[in-house]
Amino acid sequence: MSAREEPQKKKTTKKTDARRLDNKPEIIVTSVFFVAVFLVLIVHLGYFTATSEQDMINNSYNSRQKILLSRNYRGTIYSRDGEVLAETVLDQEQNESRSYPFAELFAHIVGYSTQGRMGVEALANYYLINTSTSLSNKAANDVAGVKNPGDDVYTTLDVQIQEVADSQLDIYKGAAVVTEVSTGKILAMVSHPDFDPNEIGEIWDSLLESETSSVLLNRATQGQYPPGSTFKIITALEYIRENPETYGQYSFQCGGNFQTGGSRINCYHGTSHGQLDFVHSFAKSCNSSFANIGMGLDREKFAETLEDLLFDRPLPLPLNYTKSSVLVSEDMTLDDMLQTSIGQGKTQISPMHLNMITSAIANNGVLMKPYVVDRVENDAGKVVKSFEPEEYGRLISESEAEILQELMTAVVEGGTARKLSGLSYTAAGKTGSAEYNNVKGDSHAWFTGYAPAENPEVCVTVIMEGAGSGGDYAVPIARRIFDAYFNEKNASGEPEG
Amino acid sequence: MREYVTELSKYGIAALMVIHTFCSFLALYEKVGKGRLVYGIQNFLMFCIQLLMFTDLALMNKELEYVFYYVFVQVLLLAVTVMVPIVYEKTDRLLLNNMCMLLGIGLCIISRLSFQKAVRQYIIVMISLAVSLFIPLILAKVRFLKKLTWAYGGVGLVLLSIVLIMGEVTRGSNLSFSVGGVTFQPSEFVKLIFIFFLAGALWDNTSFARVALTAVIAGLHVIVLVVSKDLGSALIFFVGYVFMVFAATRNYLYLLAGALGGSAAAYGAYRIFAHVQNRVIAWQNPWDYMDSVRGYAITQSLFAIGSGSWFGMGLSKGNPTAIPVVEADFIFSSLCEELGVVFGICVILATVACFLAMMKLAARIRDRFYQLIVYGAGIMYIFQSFLTIGGGTKLIPLTGVTLPFISYGGSSVMTTMMMFFIVQGIYIRLQQEGEKRHVRKTKEGQGNVSKRRTPKEKDY
Repeated sequence: MSAREEPQKKKTTKKTDARRLDNKPEIIVTSVFFVAVFLVLIVHLGYFTATSEQDMINNSYNSRQKILLSRNYRGTIYSRDGEVLAETVLDQEQNESRSYPFAELFAHIVGYSTQGRMGVEALANYYLINTSTSLSNKAANDVAGVKNPGDDVYTTLDVQIQEVADSQLDIYKGAAVVTEVSTGKILAMVSHPDFDPNEIGEIWDSLLESETSSVLLNRATQGQYPPGSTFKIITALEYIRENPETYGQYSFQCGGNFQTGGSRINCYHGTSHGQLDFVHSFAKSCNSSFANIGMGLDREKFAETLEDLLFDRPLPLPLNYTKSSVLVSEDMTLDDMLQTSIGQGKTQISPMHLNMITSAIANNGVLMKPYVVDRVENDAGKVVKSFEPEEYGRLISESEAEILQELMTAVVEGGTARKLSGLSYTAAGKTGSAEYNNVKGDSHAWFTGYAPAENPEVCVTVIMEGAGSGGDYAVPIARRIFDAYFNEKNASGEPEG
Repeated sequence: MREYVTELSKYGIAALMVIHTFCSFLALYEKVGKGRLVYGIQNFLMFCIQLLMFTDLALMNKELEYVFYYVFVQVLLLAVTVMVPIVYEKTDRLLLNNMCMLLGIGLCIISRLSFQKAVRQYIIVMISLAVSLFIPLILAKVRFLKKLTWAYGGVGLVLLSIVLIMGEVTRGSNLSFSVGGVTFQPSEFVKLIFIFFLAGALWDNTSFARVALTAVIAGLHVIVLVVSKDLGSALIFFVGYVFMVFAATRNYLYLLAGALGGSAAAYGAYRIFAHVQNRVIAWQNPWDYMDSVRGYAITQSLFAIGSGSWFGMGLSKGNPTAIPVVEADFIFSSLCEELGVVFGICVILATVACFLAMMKLAARIRDRFYQLIVYGAGIMYIFQSFLTIGGGTKLIPLTGVTLPFISYGGSSVMTTMMMFFIVQGIYIRLQQEGEKRHVRKTKEGQGNVSKRRTPKEKDY
């Protein structure tokens, strides 16, 4: 053996070594097998590390959050123009407390961080409790015995738009969502009733007790409402998909109600709309005409379209939300089908989901993932991480989006959202008056739409619980929000040109 | 100052460890492995890493005891890396260096988790070394090892059964018994005996009847372990058996039979034993059982690894003690938490390098008995490492075995060290006998290479 390993016989050594292994296939097989197993193990560990760090640190069962918080102050949350939405302040005894300068205004979307976490406080928790301050600062803080400053989070939220949406909703329960069409940025998100996150510790128990008002619920993402006539956007889309050549020739004579096989659908307040084509059926929001349309739809294909639009499916949304639900199947009753076609029945949707569908239509069919955290900076203002707009994918084709845009423009020009016409900007949208119990006239007022109609920038969705008709209650609120958006844009645009 | 040191050393430790790992794989190449330079570099890197780690610990904890402990550990490591190659000239330095590296990491991490346990572990490592150092000497002298086959089988079974009958219950399993205040975990030592048993039974006879006979005895070992609820050890014995039979017979059908039989047995155990079901449930969906006994350990382990990320939180800056039995079953997770996943992957690769070195060694041994022993030691070592790391990272269900050399646990570290020195002893003996024969054969003028490679001839 050693003879072959003598230095002067190196060449022989090499050959014989190779042959030794050739003679031992079982050892090669075993080695290759275990090396492969360990490669799987290393890839698994690497993948876990690359994808799960934030989830692991954010999990409330992970005791390491406390360790980070004992070393770093929680960072500040800013609006998009740099106003403080949440910050950690110290009193004279160096006790920390979390302060929310706008009190109730951002209660749900910015959230809170002491009784569990919600909103941006939950979403960006990882960044807020970690620090990217310079090593020299860390060393200086270590010597001085003070904590390091946590990283700051800049959101996409706009204080002025949020204020308008909040004051317009006023005493009504409900929600308003404002997003930027081309990017998916959430500019404002209001949910009423609200609470003061500064006092979350004191009011927590009473909030949990009052189950009826569910103050802590973010109605914009977690609220589940019947979509009412806003759902006609989807029924119309399905009709166009099934009749791409002939939908323009559609015509219907409305006498205030539609009856078939023992089922009866009434128009809102029994209004008789007379002779209607497809565009006017939509613009006037004629229930009878849409029940007629719904009766003829292919239920299997309709179910597919609903799936395309993310009903009963996870939404690409970083906030806590409730999945929208809908039931369209071959064996549903005719009455259920008629009710579903006009947005009543078993269908439930969150305002945020409706906003996403509207925004995708305005964006020529492509859904941008909604997001609220724009970037993370360290205490010296250096950007640690920035988030770019991201496409989720195409929900509907470009030509379908174009037709729906025309329909929604008609709603403003001569339909139920006329209160949005004749302004300095153009708008498009759809109203809804969703009946939520059997008492006549009890309805949630809906509006979902965007502006400008020809080149959409901003998408607004409003719901007011039990207010009445969408055209009378929700549309004026949307108008104030659009006003605020364009005023702010013009004001900031002036110095440049 | 403290922050500078601890922040920068984090990256320093990871970088040095990466180079050390690179050197290990380089040394697996015949050409590089022959030289001494690469091993010298590895020793230098190891002492640098030790210095950085203990500097962190001393700075963070501001305890003088860490400085003393550091000195003791360095003396130990220095003694092993310098003395063993002097006493045994033909030592495999790659195996020796990686063993020291892993031992050093283990002693350091354990001292961070519990200083008291670290001192105990240090003493056990010293005793293990003292015992193990004689193994190569004994192997070179003793000639009757091949003849004790059935005694190995019997003694192994008896030892395991004693534990089952009179063992104390630890963590739901009957694993250990105490004599005069010292707790033994015999299943660890029986691993060694088991390897000798199989090698003795299969080196000269691979007939079906012989394989079947060993299957019965190996099966009894496994059953006793399963009844003792020591599932990890049962698996290690089983896999060790299947691979050693495969190596002895070179028959792939035995591998297939082992895979099928193992799957069937695993399924049976899953149906019969509630504690097996719990482990599987916790593995499939740990997040649903975060706050119950089922899923607590594994989720805490994942928190630790996830929070540490690539470069770790820094020594003494994490919270590894949140994981139950961290110093034994989850030491790999605590290592990832504070020293980072990059460091953890290097530890995995160091383990793989040890395994490959043993396989390479086995391939060079002509005597089937000693070849099977080295091969079996390699299988047991690598598979145990896989079970504990795979379990802690949720690749496979938890089995509760230790990470060789790193975990706290006397029986574990002593057994693994003896295993490594048995491999070393066989390697040394192989070379010494080769030299003797070379001298003899040159004297007799029979240097014919091709004749020496005839299969019937016993090479040493």
